[in-house]
Amino acid sequence: MNLLDRFFGRQPKNTAVEAKDRLKILLAHERVTTNAPDFLPMMKQEILEVIRKYIQIDKDQVKVHMQRQQGVSVLELEVELPQGPSGKNASLSLA
Amino acid sequence: MSKVIVVTSGKGGVGKTTSAAAIATGLAMRGHKTVVIDFDVGLRNLDLIMGCERRVVFDFINVINDGVRLNQALIKDKRVENLSILPTSQTKDKEALKQEGVQKVLDELKGEFDYIICDSPAGIERGAMMSLYFADEAIIVTNPEVSSVRDSDRILGILNSKSRRAELGLEAVKQHLLVTRYDAERVNKGEMLKLDDIVEILAIPVLGVIPQCSSVLSASNVGMPVILDEKSKASDAYKDAVSRLLGEEVDLRFLQPEKKSFFERLFRRSA
Repeated sequence: MNLLDRFFGRQPKNTAVEAKDRLKILLAHERVTTNAPDFLPMMKQEILEVIRKYIQIDKDQVKVHMQRQQGVSVLELEVELPQGPSGKNASLSLA
Repeated sequence: MSKVIVVTSGKGGVGKTTSAAAIATGLAMRGHKTVVIDFDVGLRNLDLIMGCERRVVFDFINVINDGVRLNQALIKDKRVENLSILPTSQTKDKEALKQEGVQKVLDELKGEFDYIICDSPAGIERGAMMSLYFADEAIIVTNPEVSSVRDSDRILGILNSKSRRAELGLEAVKQHLLVTRYDAERVNKGEMLKLDDIVEILAIPVLGVIPQCSSVLSASNVGMPVILDEKSKASDAYKDAVSRLLGEEVDLRFLQPEKKSFFERLFRRSA
């Protein structure tokens, strides 16, 4: 800030902080979607077909997520079972 | 063992070619046999930045597709020993950059050079993908600005999933952050992302910070890599970056604005 600004008490807005906050929120979201491996949709489809052989479920009852944390990729598979006791979810994690 | 290093960014206009030219020249000045390759097929500019545009006879694409020998296309720099430039074609389409062809050229260059610097085009199309595919290390050129940081993050994701090292399950491509056009004065005013913010977001080690400096444009006007401009701050910053690339520990400079006199501060118009 230059001295004249300081004299008149003009405070510039700190836009860099806003830039950082916006980036952090955006990238947290984008890393999950754009960095997912190409095979993920196909794998999800095949898993769904295997489960359907035994249990009747909809395609939105299977959720597949891939996350990278500290050099380890975690594949998370969540299957909602419709006829389970009191609607409990079964979930399975593979690393 | 020779190393393949890609200079990339995703976003255009952040200083990839300037940085590739400066770092390749710096490595050669330190005595390492270095070649810098232009991967921007159709929009070549490395030749202009290196000042050898009038010496281009054959190019990278001729070597890959037309049976031209590598030595016919390589241009030896006239100022710095150990430095060669491999320009790219200005006319042919990007499909000319075939993976097997690129691999063959890189393998041949590895026999002759210690460092192979690949100057990536902007974007994530074929030229950019080819330039990073064979990389052992990557220099991510980033401006302290939201769209550049976002694109750098995307490129890091691609390096981690689409490079040869990722596909073969080898040790990951070593990543370095090079922040260019850094204006310490604007950072202090809260108008520009500071280095720590960028490092926190991208989470890769810092290779260097190149200050915003008028010498970069002047050097490009005359076809000289800016690192050769002895009086320039950018030159000092690139030399530091080259030292760090060679594994030396060098403190970061240019993170604080230069001290100004009372009158300069009083009458300076705000930017």
